[in-house]
Amino acid sequence: MKKTIITLEDVWKIYVMGHVEVAALQGVSLDVYQGEFVSIMGPSGSGKSTAVNMVGCLDIPTKGRILLDGKDISHLDESDLAQIRGKKIGFIFQQFNLLPTLTALENVSLPMIFQGIPADARAARAEQLLTIVQLKDRMNHRPSELSGGQQQRVAIARSLANDPEVILADEPTGNLDTHTGENVLDFLHELNRKHKKTIVMVTHDPHLAKRADRIILLKDGQVVKKL
Amino acid sequence: MLRDYFFYAAKNLLKRKLRTWLTMIGIFIGIAAVVSLISLGQGMRNAILGQFETLGTDKLTVEASGTGFGPPGSTVIKPLTLDDRDAIEQVPGVELVVNRMIRSVSFEYHDIRNFEGITNLPEEDKERALVLDVLNVKLAEGKMIDSSDQGKVVLGSGFSRDTRYGKAIHAGNKVLIGGAAFEVAGVLKRSGNPFFNDIILMNEARFREVLNIEEDVDLLVVQVKEGADVPQVQANIEKVMRRQRDVEKGKEDFTVQSPLQTLATLDTILTTVQTILVGIAAISLIVGGIGIMNTMYTSVLERTREIGIMKAIGAKNSDVLLIFLTESGLLGMAGGLVGIALGVGLAKLVEVAGAAALGEGVLVAQFSMMLIIGSLLFSFIVGTVSGIVPSYQASQLEPVDALRK
Ligand SMILES: Nc1ncnc2c1ncn2[C@@H]1O[C@H](COP(=O)(O)OP(=O)(O)OP(=O)(O)O)[C@@H](O)[C@H]1O
Ligand SMILES: [Mg+2]
Repeated sequence: MKKTIITLEDVWKIYVMGHVEVAALQGVSLDVYQGEFVSIMGPSGSGKSTAVNMVGCLDIPTKGRILLDGKDISHLDESDLAQIRGKKIGFIFQQFNLLPTLTALENVSLPMIFQGIPADARAARAEQLLTIVQLKDRMNHRPSELSGGQQQRVAIARSLANDPEVILADEPTGNLDTHTGENVLDFLHELNRKHKKTIVMVTHDPHLAKRADRIILLKDGQVVKKL
Repeated sequence: MLRDYFFYAAKNLLKRKLRTWLTMIGIFIGIAAVVSLISLGQGMRNAILGQFETLGTDKLTVEASGTGFGPPGSTVIKPLTLDDRDAIEQVPGVELVVNRMIRSVSFEYHDIRNFEGITNLPEEDKERALVLDVLNVKLAEGKMIDSSDQGKVVLGSGFSRDTRYGKAIHAGNKVLIGGAAFEVAGVLKRSGNPFFNDIILMNEARFREVLNIEEDVDLLVVQVKEGADVPQVQANIEKVMRRQRDVEKGKEDFTVQSPLQTLATLDTILTTVQTILVGIAAISLIVGGIGIMNTMYTSVLERTREIGIMKAIGAKNSDVLLIFLTESGLLGMAGGLVGIALGVGLAKLVEVAGAAALGEGVLVAQFSMMLIIGSLLFSFIVGTVSGIVPSYQASQLEPVDALRK
């Protein structure tokens, strides 16, 4: 039996802009199983990012339920959600989203600061994670001193900081060339296979999507196909 | 954790150095003004207190009151006399009465003539001891005259330091005072009170002869008996003096004062002036606080995305609040630190200028630990308080919205 780690049950997200209502998600239901690698695909504006943000507790649904480890998180307040994000979820973004004033090492340490981990333990773990993404020699560089691919690898290391169960990657290769993108995907694969992390990745690239165990196709805020 | 926020804040402030400096200007001008004003005010208070300390609280002074300009006693309507002095000596609770004379006299040395201040030394032992104690003067060279030295004087330090008489005057030199020849027995050390640096000390009998004064007294210093009730003695002296001078209560042409009263009055004036000045300086701190608030708003706007990132990786609202509060607090405190350095420098500058004008050691700025720590704490509080609203706004941002920026 595969264990479900995340469940979206008839999730709706409606944005109200003046008099116009935009339904970004219209009754999305899906399960993510522990240890799998899922790709989410779909045209621009179909609600992929919105869905991933729901999964990652960054946003709460207008309607419907989200279960993380069997626990309903759709009604938690922001502080509890932050706590869950920090412990159980690792984010990787299209724009890398590193803090520009901090070095690679400090960026990777940051999620651990919010969990109250002591300084020396943080530094040791951050260094170990940067070694995994082969950036040990760039530890003390700032994001502006790193290439796009390197920055994304720092972001991957950061997503692992608190040893989360799930890693969410919203178009992680969107800002990278094909070769670098492949390279970043290799690391994600390694996380999935070697470190047994559950990975949910949004991508536009069918070639990259195929490397996942499963593809979920979204259109107009609805799941149209699960492959 | 707070330590990490502190480092993060410091990094962000250092990244935008110019803005940080500009933001701190208001704070450091305010703090510099407060620090220099308070330290100098305290120094001034100490200087005044020092003068009174030599008098002591168990002494009273009696003066004839009038519209006297110039040295006390010289142009008052009706001077005190030796008679008054003897009458006061009979008042119960009075231990000792000493008459003080301060006049100016012609002084000649090295063929140069000038007017100088001169004061009397009573011949009676106890009185003399009291005067020397009150004046708190110390010899730099030569020796003090004793009551039988009718042809000798002691001079203030100024005479030996400058060359207003062509050359410095030292112990052993011969001078002309009021036309009579005197030998300089000794020269005093430089005093905190500039007045003492230019004074001539002469035995009272010779003093009266040289200046041709018979009965007049400029000022009476009354030593109250140990354990006696000072205000009561003061009232009794007033009664006796009214009788002596034949005036009604309320129309006295003399005053009996305790140094304590004068001190309290002076202190009140000084405190009021200082409070007003510090109040004005505090306005600068308010302006500085608004500057910090403005910078923090800008900072929150600029770093909305960073806030989103931090929230996405587990920062709670309270973490974000704390991060920005630390930054604004640090901004205030850094401004305070610069302000304190500036204020200390400024006060020292005034002190040096004061030393040149008033003499060494008269005005010494007082930097208490309280003042320094208090200023630092206050600037930190101004910074933190100014950061509250912007930081709160930062903490309330929705993570998804913030990330979209
Ligand atoms: N904060 C918001 N306010 C209003 N509408 C929004 C907001 N966020 C998303 N939307 C709308 O919701 C829909 C889904 O957006 P979403 O970002 O999830 O699409 P996406 O599938 O990730 O697209 P892309 O591939 O371009 O990233 C879009 O129509 C978008 O305009
Ligand atoms: Mg998207």
